[in-house]
Amino acid sequence: MNLFSYLQDGANWLGPDGVLTLLLQHLAYTGAAVALAAVVAIPLGILVGHTGRGFSLVVGLSHGARAIPSLGLLFLAVMLLGTGAVNIVVVLALLALPSILTATAAGVRGADRQAVHAGRALGMTAGQVVTKVEVPLSLPRLVRGLRSATLQVVATATVAAFASGGGLGRILVSGLASRNYAQMFGGALLIGALAVVLYLLLGGIGTLVARRTRPRTTTDRSLAVVHA
Amino acid sequence: MNLDWAWVSNNLSMIARLVGQHAILAVVPALAALVISIPLGTLVHRSGRASQAILTVLGILFSIPSLVLFVALPALLHNQILEPVNVAVALTIYSVALLVSSVVEGLRAVPATVKQSASALGFGRVRRLVRVELPLAMPAVFARLRVATVSNIALVSVAVLVGSGALGQLFTLGYDQSFYTPLITGLVLSVLLAVIADVVILLIGRGALPWARGRRTA
Repeated sequence: MNLFSYLQDGANWLGPDGVLTLLLQHLAYTGAAVALAAVVAIPLGILVGHTGRGFSLVVGLSHGARAIPSLGLLFLAVMLLGTGAVNIVVVLALLALPSILTATAAGVRGADRQAVHAGRALGMTAGQVVTKVEVPLSLPRLVRGLRSATLQVVATATVAAFASGGGLGRILVSGLASRNYAQMFGGALLIGALAVVLYLLLGGIGTLVARRTRPRTTTDRSLAVVHA
Repeated sequence: MNLDWAWVSNNLSMIARLVGQHAILAVVPALAALVISIPLGTLVHRSGRASQAILTVLGILFSIPSLVLFVALPALLHNQILEPVNVAVALTIYSVALLVSSVVEGLRAVPATVKQSASALGFGRVRRLVRVELPLAMPAVFARLRVATVSNIALVSVAVLVGSGALGQLFTLGYDQSFYTPLITGLVLSVLLAVIADVVILLIGRGALPWARGRRTA
């Protein structure tokens, strides 16, 4: 059996049920969910990281969230709230929230203490310390959290197709229904490729951001070594 | 949302069977991954330059959604899509990806002075690794083992969409029949199983690794 036969047939790529449309839907779900989660989680994470209060609560929340089966939660949400893109995006955003929250809080909390003290010594207000020192230093960690959240949403959005959602998961649903393994394999390959591309892309952005916050001059470097 | 307790008591044996299947499908891959990851992680730690490449590959594997692996593995393993082996292999891959990096980090964190003391006492490289470095790395590995096991327990139910999914069968049953009881039962049991597994591993770690007490692990 040619495992790639589904992907090789051009007709499968076009049209309202075609791969391209489903890919766009999947990206739309992912983008919307991560953006929604970020809008809530990043400010909250900055607050927790800056004040140091509630950090163990955030870590505990993250650890606990890992125990929740996403399929069960999705089915429950659809049964309670009904189908529709908005409901699914909200559930996806809820699942993405803990990763972004923890990463932001950890990043801000872990910002170089010397830099924070230097900022205060220069007369910066608390707000300025946050925006000019803590947040920039927390960016690598934040991007890693966003990456982790994005991948989780891509995976759960795939499952959402089984709960009457859209996205690339629909290829798996149709393939399963018509017992067409080539279609299922093709769908799996596409979704896997999407995940890997996003992983590498966001990883690259993370590396670039980390480079910007690494100590640059000899003086910076020698200071960094003292409290590595 | 009214829970039908009669349904629960009528189906206790099925539910118990599913819990058992679920536990096995989640825990066995985690343990297998532990056995694989310790030597693999040690090799990666020793290999210097290649370690970054290997860790990147593992990271890529970890980024692949579980349903994708559940669907694609049957083709690679030449078996039927419904077989639980595919779920077990997929979860082992994820757990290895999680654990290897913790082994590497744990080994990297061993202070140089400790290693030098061991060598000064006459420990050869292998003996130093097995008696000193790995034991010191184990607390970090156990912490990650907890994460891997809890994740596995959450992921097993996804497999129901393409075959066996243990407690996931309660989810599809509830969803297909618009019946809340099995769905809620499955959710509660899945989370409970995860909590129990987490605590058990934590306690085993505390008991088996007394040198880690009082030390903060990752």
